[in-house]
Amino acid sequence: MSTTKSIAGQRPAPAAESSGENLLEVTGLEKHFPIRQGIVFQRQVGAVRAVDGLDFAVRAGESLGLVGESGCGKSTTGRLVTRLLEPTAGKVVFDGEDITHKPVVKMREARQNLQMIFQDPYSSLNPRHTVGTIVETPMRLNGINPPQGHKRRAQELLEIVGLNPEHYNRYPNEFSGGQRQRIGVARALALKPKLIVADEPVSALDVSIQAQVVNLLQDLQREMGIAFLFIAHDLAVVRHFSERVAVMYLGKIVEVGDRTAIYERPRHPYTHALLSSVPEVVPGSENRERIRLAGDVPSPINPPSGCRFRTRCWKAQDKCATEEPPLVRLEGNGDGHLTACHFPEEPTIASRGEDIVLDPALAALEEARRQSDTGV
Amino acid sequence: MALEISPQSADGSTPSSFLDVRDLRVHFPTEDGLVKSVDGVSFTLEKGKTLGIVGESGSGKSVTSLALLGLHKNSRARVSGEVWLDGQELVNLSEGEMRSLRGSKVSMIFQDPLSALHPFYSVGSQIAEAYLVHHKVSKKEARERSVEMLKRVGIPQPERRYRDYPHQFSGGMRQRAMIAMSLVCDPELLIADEPTTALDVTVQAQILDLIRDLQEEFGSAVIIITHDLGVVAEISDDILVMYGGRRVEYGTVQDVLEHQEHPYTWGLMQSMPHLSGDVTQRLNPIKGSPPSLINLPGGCAFNPRCEFRDRVPGDRCLTERPELLPVLGSDKHIAACHLDADGKAEIRGTADKAVK
Amino acid sequence: MFRYLIRRLLAAAVILVVISMVTFFIFFALPNDPALLACGKTCSPNRLLEIRHSLGLDKSLAMQYWEFFKGLFIGRNYGDQSVSIHCSAPCLGMSFQTDTPVMTTLLGAFPADLSLALGSAVIFLILGVGLGVIAAIRKGRFADKFAVGAALFGVSLQSYFVGLILMWALVDKWNLLPSPNYTSLTDDPGQWFTGLILPWVTLVVLYLALYTRLTRSSMLEVMGEDYIRTARAKGLSSRTVIFKHGLRAAITPIVTIFGMDFGALIGGSAVITESVFGINGIGKLAVDSVTNSDEPVILGTTLFAAAFIVLANVVVDLVYGLIDPRVRLS
Ligand SMILES: Nc1ncnc2c1ncn2[C@@H]1O[C@H](COP(=O)(O)OP(=O)(O)OP(=O)(O)O)[C@@H](O)[C@H]1O
Ligand SMILES: Nc1ncnc2c1ncn2[C@@H]1O[C@H](COP(=O)(O)OP(=O)(O)OP(=O)(O)O)[C@@H](O)[C@H]1O
Ligand code: SF4
Ligand SMILES: [Mg+2]
Ligand SMILES: [Mg+2]
Repeated sequence: MSTTKSIAGQRPAPAAESSGENLLEVTGLEKHFPIRQGIVFQRQVGAVRAVDGLDFAVRAGESLGLVGESGCGKSTTGRLVTRLLEPTAGKVVFDGEDITHKPVVKMREARQNLQMIFQDPYSSLNPRHTVGTIVETPMRLNGINPPQGHKRRAQELLEIVGLNPEHYNRYPNEFSGGQRQRIGVARALALKPKLIVADEPVSALDVSIQAQVVNLLQDLQREMGIAFLFIAHDLAVVRHFSERVAVMYLGKIVEVGDRTAIYERPRHPYTHALLSSVPEVVPGSENRERIRLAGDVPSPINPPSGCRFRTRCWKAQDKCATEEPPLVRLEGNGDGHLTACHFPEEPTIASRGEDIVLDPALAALEEARRQSDTGV
Repeated sequence: MALEISPQSADGSTPSSFLDVRDLRVHFPTEDGLVKSVDGVSFTLEKGKTLGIVGESGSGKSVTSLALLGLHKNSRARVSGEVWLDGQELVNLSEGEMRSLRGSKVSMIFQDPLSALHPFYSVGSQIAEAYLVHHKVSKKEARERSVEMLKRVGIPQPERRYRDYPHQFSGGMRQRAMIAMSLVCDPELLIADEPTTALDVTVQAQILDLIRDLQEEFGSAVIIITHDLGVVAEISDDILVMYGGRRVEYGTVQDVLEHQEHPYTWGLMQSMPHLSGDVTQRLNPIKGSPPSLINLPGGCAFNPRCEFRDRVPGDRCLTERPELLPVLGSDKHIAACHLDADGKAEIRGTADKAVK
Repeated sequence: MFRYLIRRLLAAAVILVVISMVTFFIFFALPNDPALLACGKTCSPNRLLEIRHSLGLDKSLAMQYWEFFKGLFIGRNYGDQSVSIHCSAPCLGMSFQTDTPVMTTLLGAFPADLSLALGSAVIFLILGVGLGVIAAIRKGRFADKFAVGAALFGVSLQSYFVGLILMWALVDKWNLLPSPNYTSLTDDPGQWFTGLILPWVTLVVLYLALYTRLTRSSMLEVMGEDYIRTARAKGLSSRTVIFKHGLRAAITPIVTIFGMDFGALIGGSAVITESVFGINGIGKLAVDSVTNSDEPVILGTTLFAAAFIVLANVVVDLVYGLIDPRVRLS
């Protein structure tokens, strides 16, 4: 399904923009959710350090992928950037303007250029509004009056996202998950944004449907020059969609770089562990390294000192507990490839002499098997 | 020749495999019509081997697995066909006989370990309960056995964690506890219904390896149900691809993943990005959406979404239901598609291109 | 858990104080003058003032409430030095009608309500939950339709109607039961029992439907949960699955509603049943006090009932903690 025709000519050619300067710049971004106790007089007894000091930038027309395991703060980052949450500290500069503490009422202009797509295509659309109303509302709220009229424009948008314009008067519950996600995309496009924050836009969809939405978003990025902050936990999807990728762990970025740097020459042990955990269909992937971590991610309420990954890291030494590794370009890393690790790994994902199996149960089982193998 | 009394299936042949499922059908009468969730599914599985069942949401994977456990008994479901497990037919077994097999000979791991564990009982007591139903032992022995199992699946401090409730466990630990529960009676057949879908990838890798390593130790047969071809490729020996409650392709992992014979399997492969794929190549989604199980499209159920149906002469895809036919040069591989060998070769040709 | 209990009790106390204030101000801000009522038909202005003074009605409303509040804890003296009546510690005031402390009247009426509530609650809880479970596991079959139908029939009847019919049939026509009334359990257990049968049955008919339907829907929901499937997949017998795994989880919403109902019943909410059978409980007391504009008694019964409902809530929360480890351990 090609969407090329209807999109073309809406924006200047993306090529001119894509290598341009930063559209979004985030520095030292933090969000701590207070944990309170007590009924009448609440005291703060701690904080969930959901996002704890992020620096990154998204260039115009580019897609930056944000990956990491559940609870590492991806969605929180997305909400902070779109100002749906108030940051605890740090700075968000969008399109040359500091929007960190901009009051919501004054966000209107920036909001036009900064849209969000949500994970759940079922709960993010109001079931009592028609598709037309859903797509038109942002235009009306922002006082945009397209020359062809709201309805025509909404129908155009529906066509762009691959829906039948005649569906204008239908309700969301008449659509499948993939189609609903398209409606969400059409709504986000209504204001011709420069940046779309897509929070797990395909996670809730069936495999066979995922690709439809990924392709749609990719067309929008390429042909309309829209930049994306693409949040997902599926590493293959992120690789496919994003030129640059940031890997998060417990509220921090541990590694960021372009696609090949992250997927072929990762340095951070966590990136290695993540990549080696992805089950692969493709024959020939057997000679990847095998790393099996132990346990789960620690709680963001009380993150480990120093390097946050050290409690699960096979390379950790004393220094890792005392000193937080800075996110810097290591020796041998390419341009823009930053890693936060004191003892980085070799830049390869090929299998090594021996698997790294930290999980005690797995290690015990495999040790027993090795012994019986050699015993026989 | 001495007469041997051996179990006989309807067509008279003796099941020789450990698990032999023949023409399994599970239909649900509903107000909207008859939902044919599983419609003529057959497969075999040997001990120590793993079968992966893949298909999109609603293709009948879970209903199939529940049928193997006899969990559709006493419901409005209409189950027919045969399920031979170790020479015993299960579909016509009484509820009481089936119950004695459940949890002991056949056991199951479910997708969402939080909702699959009872919130009001401690994790350990739920495992011990599974042991106690099938063994005449004291509570203390059951407890010791459960602690041992918790330890085997890698739960730290198992004596202490025995008393914890499911909500005090993390997602990965809950799934480990589920595995401990399902293995506590040394089952010969283990069915894992999307055991890692709710988990993070690093935890998924731990759990999949754990299932595989434990299987090797226990020597049980495993059925793993998933919509993720990657998971199947990692852990299975055979693959059964389901579409709309029916088999569309079945064979060994190598057969099916390297020589897809059915456009749906090919579509699944093409629609998911791979870690080593070509990023300049667009994904190739399967168009349309999954079919209704009440009114499956006539002919080949996949035809409305199939890119190749026009290559089959005479509209056969729309009118004639394709039979599952053996693939030349392979003893297990079968697929249900009207395409001729050339057409299939073309599917694979494109498939190969995308992968490399 | 202990701290949780303390917190809940404190909250309950606060709620009770608020309720007492609200009721106090509503009743005492009403236009009719209690002193005038107490004074009777032939009332001289002097006498009226005296009564005002002895009742404390000449003070400001806030002061009056403070006196009332103090009385709850340290008791209170009414009248002048000459004719002083003492109302001891939890003092809810004095009845204008009988000149006795309201608390004494309430405590006198309370055993009747307790008996009424306990007896009927035991029956409707057991029957209701039992029928509900049967209906749920036999969903759509005859047993289900029968239980639901019977429950529906029960709830559509009004308690005075049921009461009167039963009374007419069992007492007047066939003489199977003595005329219902309340005898203290300690006086004569036999009579206590027989006298309460009809009121119990009436209340059971009234509540049974609710509990059957509640249990049925709660049970149906729980039986569709994944952990029930797990329990079955373990090979547990259906009895274990239904009772140990199903009912244990399904009971939580029932406990909530039951706590409220039971608290209200003890606090005298069975007004109509009491009136129909002429049982002198708190409900009847409340009705009478309203007819007589006996404001201290109205206030007393309201507070008394409120106290039980609030208390029932605390108990429900505790039971919740016992049932659900997620509540207990959070
Ligand atoms: N409103 C909130 N109040 C308190 N804690 C919160 C809140 N929102 C998120 N958190 C916590 O912040 C952390 C990060 O949450 P976030 O939703 O950003 O994670 P995520 O990376 O998007 O995870 P997932 O992949 O599961 O969506 C989690 O530990 C979460 O529990
Ligand atoms: N009790 C039932 N009554 C009616 N229809 C049912 C019942 N149970 C399952 N179905 C239907 O059977 C079909 C297959 O369901 P099943 O749960 O096996 O799908 P699945 O392949 O496991 O999908 P998923 O990946 O979403 O788990 C679905 O369309 C479902 O709606
Ligand atoms: S039978 Fe026809 S419609 Fe079905 S998969 Fe093959 S080519 Fe496609
Ligand atoms: Mg999220
Ligand atoms: Mg399923």
